[in-house]
Amino acid sequence: MSELTRFTAAELAEKIHGREVSSVEVTQAHLDRIGQVDDFVHAFLHVDADGALAAAKAVDDAIGEGAAPASPLAGVPLALKDVLTTKDSPTTCGSKTLEGWIPPYDATVTRRLREAGLPILGKTNMDEFAMGSSTENSAYGPTHNPWDHARIPGGSGGGSSASITAFEAPLAIGTDTGGSIRQPGAVTGTVGVKPTYGGVSRYGLVAFSSSLDQAGPCARTVLDAALLHEVIAGHDPMDSTSIDAPVPPVVAAAREGRRGDLKGVKVGVVTELSGDGYQGGVLRSFEGAVAQLRELGAEVVEVSCPHFVYALPAYYLIAPSEASSNLARFDAMRYGLRVADDGAHSADEVMALTREAGFGPEVKRRIMLGTYALSSGYYDAYYGSAQKVRTLITRDFDAAFEKVDVLVSPTTPTTAFKIGERVDDPMAMYLSDICSIPSNLAGNAAMSVPSGLSDEDGLPVGLQIMAPALADDRLYRVGAAYELARGEILDRLPELKGVSA
Amino acid sequence: MPNISRAEVAHLAKLAHLAVTDEELDVFAGQLDQILDSVAKVGEVAGEDIPPTSHAVPLTNVFREDVTQPGLTQQQALSGAPAAEEGRFRVPRILGEEQ
Repeated sequence: MSELTRFTAAELAEKIHGREVSSVEVTQAHLDRIGQVDDFVHAFLHVDADGALAAAKAVDDAIGEGAAPASPLAGVPLALKDVLTTKDSPTTCGSKTLEGWIPPYDATVTRRLREAGLPILGKTNMDEFAMGSSTENSAYGPTHNPWDHARIPGGSGGGSSASITAFEAPLAIGTDTGGSIRQPGAVTGTVGVKPTYGGVSRYGLVAFSSSLDQAGPCARTVLDAALLHEVIAGHDPMDSTSIDAPVPPVVAAAREGRRGDLKGVKVGVVTELSGDGYQGGVLRSFEGAVAQLRELGAEVVEVSCPHFVYALPAYYLIAPSEASSNLARFDAMRYGLRVADDGAHSADEVMALTREAGFGPEVKRRIMLGTYALSSGYYDAYYGSAQKVRTLITRDFDAAFEKVDVLVSPTTPTTAFKIGERVDDPMAMYLSDICSIPSNLAGNAAMSVPSGLSDEDGLPVGLQIMAPALADDRLYRVGAAYELARGEILDRLPELKGVSA
Repeated sequence: MPNISRAEVAHLAKLAHLAVTDEELDVFAGQLDQILDSVAKVGEVAGEDIPPTSHAVPLTNVFREDVTQPGLTQQQALSGAPAAEEGRFRVPRILGEEQ
């Protein structure tokens, strides 16, 4: 493996901008790594070598001519989750419905990445339409966890997190509706951030649950995540739910955190996100992380958020309801798959047959669940009640943040489970997101940062940090301080099997 | 407690335009029943005095200036169409046999 794939994004940017190494060399090193290991990991659905190298060359040329870099990450390549539109390469959302679809426009996130000079290596694997916690719901086969080939890399953004874990990319973009950035980050030993809802534009993010979906950075360090956060965040008139306010100073906060001092920071441990159903090694890792936060000077107290236990049921009503409406757009008429268009079938029949052929079981399950929850007679009991729970969860957060600056919990109750273990048991799969969902429902910011390896199975565990809406910078200060105190984790990543050195 | 029948699942599939198979109906009926049983828990705390939240950010009426902006060209709009004819989307016949 080339040394160039081992550096952090911040280090690579410094080398590229100082003309110590070119962006083309860095990009090629990652493309080579993808060529060597991706048959094994399967993090990518599509690799765009030509596009990435052309973007890298443009950065090198500009720097060679003496121009200032377009952004602090100009020249650093990146992997993009296949749910964000790219007008030069396929965008499938992990679904047969969109196989080979080349969108006619770039997502705002994609456009910002291009303008900031980040070569896009390719599109990463995901659960179909971001519905899942393991990438097993991808129509193109699962991604494997680089820590253990037999295990899941989390989901829905398992491809993004696995790509940075396997050193195929220094950075990646994920999207988080119920934990799809943070849970893959936790089980792969990498950093993942769900920014405040509205902090990053949703324009061109293929919608699953519009009131919850949020794109964010995946990285191997907290500082790298902060640098990427600043590239993609900010107001966008193309998304009416985009927040028209300055981006929180996340890079400055990460740098401050690296000074290793959390004096004056109040941390709340959420009582309800612990106990039964949590793996012993996860809880011990979490307790160790809390002790380390104390050693860094933080004041730690326990905080009760009594309605968090209702977050999972509320989410599995709200998200499917919004999905049943959003996915009505896949009607076989204007784009995407169409089957049975043989003259014998009406448009209605073609639509139903196409959706049957194009969607996988989890997507169908959620569409029907949402259709049920929104139907007259059941609306008040299900969807209406779930919306009220959403209010109660927001109130719990508001009350907690009166007392503390950030809240902490494990990111997910277990380490990576085995591929196939939960695929036929939807409720068991849904439990993966029990700690991450509250922040989606309330719209506040949350991060997963690795808290080491579980003592019973040697697999990564994530510490979740939650901050109030628009206070994303607090995540980065606490996360960066903790990360430095914790020490390196990815140096313990086993050599990928079947890969020649 | 919800108890969703196979016939109800078939009705939902029809509403959602999903031509599910008989085998799927059996599987989905069991699974949806289990999921609904679990999510019904929201009713325990959803009192009448609690206002619903539909959205995390309380925004209303986000306007922009009424200025014409370039959109997709006809060619771009049709670029992903399963079938196009004479610059238009070609769709299967709208009416069923019985109509």
